[in-house]
Amino acid sequence: MSISHAPPGSPESDISGIGKANAAPAGTTAADADAAGQGPLDLEPIVPSSARRTRVPRWLRRTTGPVLLLALWQLLSVTGVLTSDVLASPGRIAQVAGDLITDGSLPAAMGTSVQRVAAGLLFGAVAGTGLALLSGLFRIGEDLVDAPVQMLRTVPFVGLIPLFIIWFGIGEAPKVAIITLGVSFPLYLNVYAGIRGVDSQLIEAGESLGLSKWGLVRHVVLPGALPGAMTGLRYSLGIAWLALVFAEQINADAGIGFLMVQARDFLRTDVIVVCLIVYAFLGLLADFIVRSFERLLLQWRPTFTGR
Amino acid sequence: MATDVHGPVSPQAPGAPRAAQAVHVEGLTRSFDGRAVIDRLKLDVQPGEFVALLGRSGCGKSTLLRILAGLDRDIEGTVLVPRRKAVAFQAPRLMPWKKVWRNVLLGLPGKPERAVADQALEEVGLSHRSGAWPKTLSGGEAQRASLARALVREPDLLLLDEPFGALDALTRIKAQRLVGELWQRRGCAVLLVTHDVEEAVLLADRVLVMDEGVIAYETAVELERPRDVTDPRFAELRGRLLERLGVDNAADAA
Repeated sequence: MSISHAPPGSPESDISGIGKANAAPAGTTAADADAAGQGPLDLEPIVPSSARRTRVPRWLRRTTGPVLLLALWQLLSVTGVLTSDVLASPGRIAQVAGDLITDGSLPAAMGTSVQRVAAGLLFGAVAGTGLALLSGLFRIGEDLVDAPVQMLRTVPFVGLIPLFIIWFGIGEAPKVAIITLGVSFPLYLNVYAGIRGVDSQLIEAGESLGLSKWGLVRHVVLPGALPGAMTGLRYSLGIAWLALVFAEQINADAGIGFLMVQARDFLRTDVIVVCLIVYAFLGLLADFIVRSFERLLLQWRPTFTGR
Repeated sequence: MATDVHGPVSPQAPGAPRAAQAVHVEGLTRSFDGRAVIDRLKLDVQPGEFVALLGRSGCGKSTLLRILAGLDRDIEGTVLVPRRKAVAFQAPRLMPWKKVWRNVLLGLPGKPERAVADQALEEVGLSHRSGAWPKTLSGGEAQRASLARALVREPDLLLLDEPFGALDALTRIKAQRLVGELWQRRGCAVLLVTHDVEEAVLLADRVLVMDEGVIAYETAVELERPRDVTDPRFAELRGRLLERLGVDNAADAA
């Protein structure tokens, strides 16, 4: 990263003539210009970015914040400012987490919850993308599908839990159904918008290259809709965990939510925090998976990675 | 290269296709909301002929090109074009999600090998960027990739819609030279839509000026190739065309 220019000491500077002609070249102060028609400019070095960078590696910088927060929490717990029936100390939580893992109740609960999310996500993804393809690709599909979906979208899906319990009972079905419902809308909206947002110039170029209808969909429309679909998937994942929490707080006899409800009854804030951490961890893991997908599928897209 | 097969673009059944022409247009009318942008236009292009189409912006020259490309079919009249035709647009219009060589092969029948694309890219001097993502190409590179994509179809008619319009001056000169060379090597008919008079005179056998929906003026360019911009006959022809386009000669805006 360097910009080539005339060496600073060069005797015949390119702009010296201009400096003489105009009293004050742009950038110099009036005082400078007054003192001498072309006194030495106040130069400042452009420091290469490699020299500016701190020595601390990035991962260390990134972990500092959470670690400090944890230390503060532990400090407050030890000094008694934070009593254990309000919030257990990090040490205590780590211990409880260890116990829950060794006695097998946490892995079992996680398994159940992950299964529910996976099933809901699968059904929701199939329904959401299927409907979006239908209304995105075909005008008749749009006329038939879009209006009802847009109407249903405005219903808060958690409000349907009572109805789902009446329809599906209190087993796994209503839980999976509520996740499915939550997942399908963001996917539908984003895939649909992605399809409709494909550059019409590219469609025309594809046509001029002699692509068939199906070829256009395969080579132009679907790849063009992929960024939107990925955004939809990430939204959906977020909502899937949210829906899981709602679904598991009601009539659950297994899963992380069930653990939490039990812990609430016994005022075990430590167990509740462990469950929350597990939720967060699972959410992060899911997000990581989608990010990896994105990196793989959208590598054609140059992105701004920050400074 | 004979233009044996003609594909009609016209909505009605065409008469007997004439093999003597690469493009045959007669009585072509295209209206937008009742306003005829193209009004009973007549145009013939010989096989292997390089025709430049000039006109003020909005005169319908791009519409004519889109009709010839088969992208606009809301037309009346007869339009006969070769089945094998290719378009290079002003913007390169490469699919950003396909690597350059896949873009070149896109839409070709069968399952062509990458070597086919590489050969076309070689021809436009872009073989070293064959495996790159289109968004990493420079403007000139992308335009050359777009040209390779058109050429790989071995067209009998090459339609160029202001392909140099978005390029910087230096790149444009190189790209114009490249198109001239490719045309001489391939021998296909070319229709170049442009608003650059100098470019038209530099490259074309025949220059058409479109106005009010018809070909209002046409002239053959008799200068021998390679043409010299500083040749007084070149300047004279350019001045004549500019006058036709309604630009005052004294202003001499190219």
